[in-house]
Amino acid sequence: MSAHAENLTHDDAHGHDGHGALAENNFLGLPNIKLAMWAFLGSECMFFGSLIGTYFFYHGNSLSGPLPKDVFSIGITSISTFLLLMSSVTMALAVDSMKQQKPSTARNFILATALLGATFVGFQVLEFHEFYTEKHLVFAGPNASLFGSTFYTMTGFHGTHVTVGVIWLVIMSILIQKKKLVPGKEAVNVEVMGLYWHFVDIVWIVIFTFVYLLEFLK
Amino acid sequence: MASIADFAAAQKPIYHQERPSKTGLLDWLTTVDHKKIGILYGGAGLFWLLVGGLEALLFRIQLAKPDQHIFVGDTFNGLVTMHATTMVFLAVMPMIAGFSNYFVPLMIGARDVAFPRMNAFSWWTFFAGSLTINASLLFCGAFPAAGWTGYAPLTTKDFGGTPIDFWWAGLTLLAVSSMVAGVNFVVTILNLRAPGMTLMRVPVLTWMMLVIQFLLAFSFPPVAVGLILLAFDRTFGTVFYSTGMGGDPHLWQHLFWLFGHPEVYVLILPSMGIVSEILPVFTRRPLFGHHAVIFSGVFIGFVGFGVWGHHMFTAGMGPIADAAFASTTAIVAIPTGVKIFNWLGTLWNSKMTFPTAMLFAVSFIPMFTLGGLSGMMHASPPLDLQQHDTYFVVAHFHYVLVGGALQGLFAGFYFYMPKISGKLLNETLGKIHFWVFLAGFNITFFPMHLLGNHGMPRRIYTYPADAGWNTENLIATSGVFLMTFATLTFVYNLITSLKNGKDAGSDPWDANTLEWMTSSPPPVHNFDFTPVVLSERPLWDHKYTPGFEIPVPEKAEEIHMPSPSWKPMWVSASAGVIIVGLLTFNGIAGIPGWPLCIVGAIGVVLSVYAWVTEPV
Ligand code: HEM
Ligand SMILES: [Cu+2]
Repeated sequence: MSAHAENLTHDDAHGHDGHGALAENNFLGLPNIKLAMWAFLGSECMFFGSLIGTYFFYHGNSLSGPLPKDVFSIGITSISTFLLLMSSVTMALAVDSMKQQKPSTARNFILATALLGATFVGFQVLEFHEFYTEKHLVFAGPNASLFGSTFYTMTGFHGTHVTVGVIWLVIMSILIQKKKLVPGKEAVNVEVMGLYWHFVDIVWIVIFTFVYLLEFLK
Repeated sequence: MASIADFAAAQKPIYHQERPSKTGLLDWLTTVDHKKIGILYGGAGLFWLLVGGLEALLFRIQLAKPDQHIFVGDTFNGLVTMHATTMVFLAVMPMIAGFSNYFVPLMIGARDVAFPRMNAFSWWTFFAGSLTINASLLFCGAFPAAGWTGYAPLTTKDFGGTPIDFWWAGLTLLAVSSMVAGVNFVVTILNLRAPGMTLMRVPVLTWMMLVIQFLLAFSFPPVAVGLILLAFDRTFGTVFYSTGMGGDPHLWQHLFWLFGHPEVYVLILPSMGIVSEILPVFTRRPLFGHHAVIFSGVFIGFVGFGVWGHHMFTAGMGPIADAAFASTTAIVAIPTGVKIFNWLGTLWNSKMTFPTAMLFAVSFIPMFTLGGLSGMMHASPPLDLQQHDTYFVVAHFHYVLVGGALQGLFAGFYFYMPKISGKLLNETLGKIHFWVFLAGFNITFFPMHLLGNHGMPRRIYTYPADAGWNTENLIATSGVFLMTFATLTFVYNLITSLKNGKDAGSDPWDANTLEWMTSSPPPVHNFDFTPVVLSERPLWDHKYTPGFEIPVPEKAEEIHMPSPSWKPMWVSASAGVIIVGLLTFNGIAGIPGWPLCIVGAIGVVLSVYAWVTEPV
């Protein structure tokens, strides 16, 4: 070592995160996969920001009905919102169990999260169905309205994110079952999944508050 | 003086792969090596540069004289649209991705990127996107013709033909590719730095690459949303862009330019980084104001998200928005000026040498500055009302894009090719390239300032003889031939030097940074041992500053390298199937295409499962 080795601000100890397989250097001491998820969620903020922004840019522009007030039923949506919020709790418990070396408990919580997520998506399907058939809010085609297009697109993309999350959770539970995903170094995978899940929840809270609730403020 | 040859004496490492790399063509299809992916990107970029150049040559021939009818109407519009789309997304961006792939890991002393398979996925998705955009020529016999900015409702079913479908589909794939690459490289640069490489010791080029990866990750989503809405309008019949249903043409403009302006910084910052690497090497001194250059780059990246409205001054946003965007745009001049003065400070009173790389790097400065100055002019709304959609704007962005971004990349090729191929490029051909290109570039684009001031609009396929635009147009077109000749000389030089070039050795320029301490071309694992970084110019100080030698470990390192994989291509291909499903959603010749979307989605899930369970 040279005389100036004290210039090092970081010791030579190489962390491994068991992920990129060659994370020889691990400068921030943070697993690559976690950093990647944070960066990805930043990108997702811009994505949902643009979708929600579009919704508000067009708010009140619809030339044909129905209007938001005619279709939203806060009661039912509150229930599905509550279920989604609860899924964040089970997700957090799953992450915690994995950290405490309890893979089968973690798996159960993961499945519970997936179930709650799937129920939320189920509610959304029912909501879309009701809006379409009973309240004549149309997404596309000759009877479409601007509100219909923007509303279904925005909430549909959120629902797609939940669905992707559910698939991911199911795959993860299979991997834990097969002992291909074990506590220890790999627990970070569950944590990262959790970041995604909480993010998707937060997006829903934003949509529920600003799109649904604020509509009735005036 | 510790010589660089010390490193050769280091213990050869033992390196291990789960599955050995394949050979020949299969190797290129399954590789996850950042250097090979870099070469793929760079090669694709050069190819599309020639295609985009050809398109420009054709429409410049049409414009050489008044009242010509060689390429008219949508043919002309298609050439212009594809010229810009190609140059921005398929030529300059992939060349940048090439440099970023090849050199970022080398500059930070890493063995590869953080997620090598994700990197291969980005490449294959880019590849699919580049073919998709151009496929409209094959399937429709025409190019998309709504301009590279694709203003909706010009691109909706009512006004834009089927080629537009290829345009949104291709761009969506490119957007996915760029966002994924952005995330991957952010992690790579932040986390895979060699021990001791604190942020202020990260080379300026890598810094600028870091900034643009954030820009890629955060600016592509808005345009992706815009494209998705467009796709929905065209495929399903939603009404986002139908003014008849209450839609507002501003929506696309906002979504596009919220991406579009950060995008122009994506194009310029890497070249600024390359120039900041080259000037110190050939002036044999450190970069003047090194930290200021870095911080101004970061600042440009931030401000870049707040200026998009300057493209919309004529769209009627109202005086308050106009004033706000004019001010933020004016602020951009500050960090840009900081960079320019620091480069000048580096050059001032120094003993320069002028190989071709340095010629391009030095001429970058005034050419880019000219473009920046005209940019400042249309940052002012009243001036912009005169200049918008005239050739003055065309002159502006070609000075920054060609005089700036492209010249910077040319400099990069002359500087870095020896590392990639192990051979120096021919200097005589290089100087011909430089001087002819510089002349051709100015002959083409300088007169466009005048044309713009004399009122010639952009995107018209011909003009009457008495409009007073004849001379400048003829001059401009003649310059294109010079640029074409120069670029062909460059390509010839690149190819022939692979065989006949002089051996470069590991450090041909007596340079500063880590990539020059390993052999040319570098071994698969990049470095025989992980270097420890002790200063801003680790290799320079290793050579010339006693006490700063890079320590060579006594024991050979054990290295695990990632294995080749088909999975990235599977995922890209499945995504491609979804896109084809969307393109043919409502059926072609009575056969509905929508089931392909389901097939593709299942394909994505299955291949991702195979991906995560595959040992690396
Ligand atoms: C120095 C700071 C810069 C300023 C103040 C600036 C300002 C502007 C403004 C106000 C416009 C809109 C003009 C109009 O359409 O009426 C514009 C257009 C444009 N600028 Fe810049 N610019 C700058 C740097 C750059 C750089 C570095 C690039 C790319 C490398 C770039 C690329 C473009 C392009 C491509 C357009 C035209 C887009 C289109 O309408 O097709 N600019 N610039
Ligand atoms: Cu701009």
